[in-house]
Amino acid sequence: MPGFDVSGLTASFGGERVLGPLSLRVSPGEKVALVGKSGAGKSTLIKLLYERLERKAALIPQGLGLVNALPVFHNVFLGRLDQHPTWYNTVTLMRPFKRDREAIRSLMHDLGIGEKLWVPAASLSGGQRQRVAIARALYRGADILLADEPISALDGPMAHQIMRSLTDQYDTSVIALHDVDMALAYCNRIIGIQDGEIALDRRTSDVKTADIMTLY
Amino acid sequence: MFSYPVVRTSFIFLAIALGGLLVADIAITATNPWRDLGRFFLGVATPDFFSTSGLFTALLRTVAFAFVGVALGSFCGFLLALVYKRLPVRMFCAFIRAIHELFWALIFLQFFGFHPLTGVLAIAIPYAGIFAKVYSEILEEADPEPGRMVPPGASAISTFLFARIPDCWVQMRTYTAYRLECGLRSSAILGFVGLPTLGFYLESSFSQGMYSDAGAMLILFYGVIATMPLWVRPKLLPIYILAAPFFLGEGFPIVWGNVERFFTEDIIPSPLRDGEGLMALGAWVGDVMVTEALPGIWNTIVLTQIALVATGILALLAFPLISNHFGGPVRRTSGHVFLVIARSTPEYILAYILLQLWGPSMLPAVVALAIHNGGIIGHLLGRQTNTLQLRPDAPSGFDRYSWELVPRLYRSFLAFLFYRWEIIMRETAILGILGIFTLGFYVDSAIQNIQFDRAMFLILITAGLNIGVDALGRLIRRKLALQTMPTC
Repeated sequence: MPGFDVSGLTASFGGERVLGPLSLRVSPGEKVALVGKSGAGKSTLIKLLYERLERKAALIPQGLGLVNALPVFHNVFLGRLDQHPTWYNTVTLMRPFKRDREAIRSLMHDLGIGEKLWVPAASLSGGQRQRVAIARALYRGADILLADEPISALDGPMAHQIMRSLTDQYDTSVIALHDVDMALAYCNRIIGIQDGEIALDRRTSDVKTADIMTLY
Repeated sequence: MFSYPVVRTSFIFLAIALGGLLVADIAITATNPWRDLGRFFLGVATPDFFSTSGLFTALLRTVAFAFVGVALGSFCGFLLALVYKRLPVRMFCAFIRAIHELFWALIFLQFFGFHPLTGVLAIAIPYAGIFAKVYSEILEEADPEPGRMVPPGASAISTFLFARIPDCWVQMRTYTAYRLECGLRSSAILGFVGLPTLGFYLESSFSQGMYSDAGAMLILFYGVIATMPLWVRPKLLPIYILAAPFFLGEGFPIVWGNVERFFTEDIIPSPLRDGEGLMALGAWVGDVMVTEALPGIWNTIVLTQIALVATGILALLAFPLISNHFGGPVRRTSGHVFLVIARSTPEYILAYILLQLWGPSMLPAVVALAIHNGGIIGHLLGRQTNTLQLRPDAPSGFDRYSWELVPRLYRSFLAFLFYRWEIIMRETAILGILGIFTLGFYVDSAIQNIQFDRAMFLILITAGLNIGVDALGRLIRRKLALQTMPTC
């Protein structure tokens, strides 16, 4: 299932429609950046897509969805709970297997927090927590990536490195970004959301920063 | 002032309690109550730890019954919590926790006899009902987002273990440890119906006037509870739980014929058992209602309402004892000691002691319930005041108490009080076994007269009454928007 085609996406809040109805077709190889003002409906759209794809995509939600009491290792391992039998997962909870330990350690090392592998997520800083959620999505290895502001708490070089890893590993992705330069640098299609509607939808090569600014 | 619903509610309850005092049987009937009280305190001051070798065995059994009962209860409660959303499960849990440990013990005694299983089940069953409710609340409050991050193919068990349990773990552990303390109290009072725990030895020392023995027992019991943080360690827990079943004592073997007879004959209302038809059943129900149930219900409610208000008054008087806003370290330390003793002594033991000293009436029961429950609520309120920051020029002394602290605490005070309403009623009913005319008295006499059908009927009525008060307490808490965490 590389790529997807969904229609009839709507969301209401307190009886008032905040999104859609809209349709979205994403082909394999497309890296879509969602841009727009905060409150325009980007997060809602990501959430709807995740439900519509029956959670088969990898998701980095804005709330990160970490299990605070579990260490970094287990939070990342959670991305592949479906690939092992229950007994294996249960043993891992108490005593992780060497193979998984090494895979996740090297992943966390690449993300710059290799030394935090056994620290509970609750005691990490905002930027470290965000990298754990990113690692979970990288480790998961689904066909499609859905991410909601994945680099909002990261500084320059780290943000670039993460965007590179995410777009390298995931051929097809939808990423909400408030940083327009990042969107132009790492995505090949830009979708602008305004008041719950798609107000702009072009290939990155055909779009200028000024076009995007009209959305804000 | 009366425009506040919280204040109005308080005064309505105060008025009901004052009305109750007019009709209640409140008296000191012993010929020389103060001399007996003096002797008792002398006994506590001169404890004799070595007069009977049975004392340490009783202590060991008390701890063993608590461990096995609470462990079994928490295991079953956890399983029930997983399906707690279903209405039949919720009703079942409400029912089993509405029946007091001592009533369960009285029921099991009739067919298991003095077998360890009687004591274990008497604790495990009501505790399972309570654990199910509290665990399910904890699980429900956990953040659902991590669960949505789990890939769809993962098994439900894996998802539950990774995404749900870890963030609930600390809260569940804290609550279970707290329940273990309650379990020690429950286990101790099971001795009053003949199981080999502390209550049994307390009763026999008292009846022989050996106050120094009784004092030693109470002091050891406080010691066990106060040192729990030292010896109840996560690493040691599995050892305790595995070892505890071997320290329950032998008891007597179960006669399975008794079990069968109990369920197929003993508890069937006698007109049905003898095939006298529905008319006779109606007459039987009418007779039980008029001669036993209604007087029992009336006395239980009157006593509960008086004890509830007495608890409230005592809690409001007691919390300054441990509050940082008053007094020096010496007073606070002695306040802590007083409140620890008040809340670690089961109300049943307090009532028993006071009843021995003052003679039979409702007074010992009211005082016992007020001391125990007032101690618990006073402790919680005092701890809450220590988190309050007052402005530097806040008044001191009584003005600080009445203008700064009580108004700030009053809502949580009422929340705790209404939460404990049902607990107080459950205890009130059970205190009847000591000879006060609440429902427990009639249950106990029916059992003495080998009328298990009547006893069962009265226990069901008691359970219904508790469920009703629990619902009313929750309704009032919701109407007044009061929130609280569970206490036991």
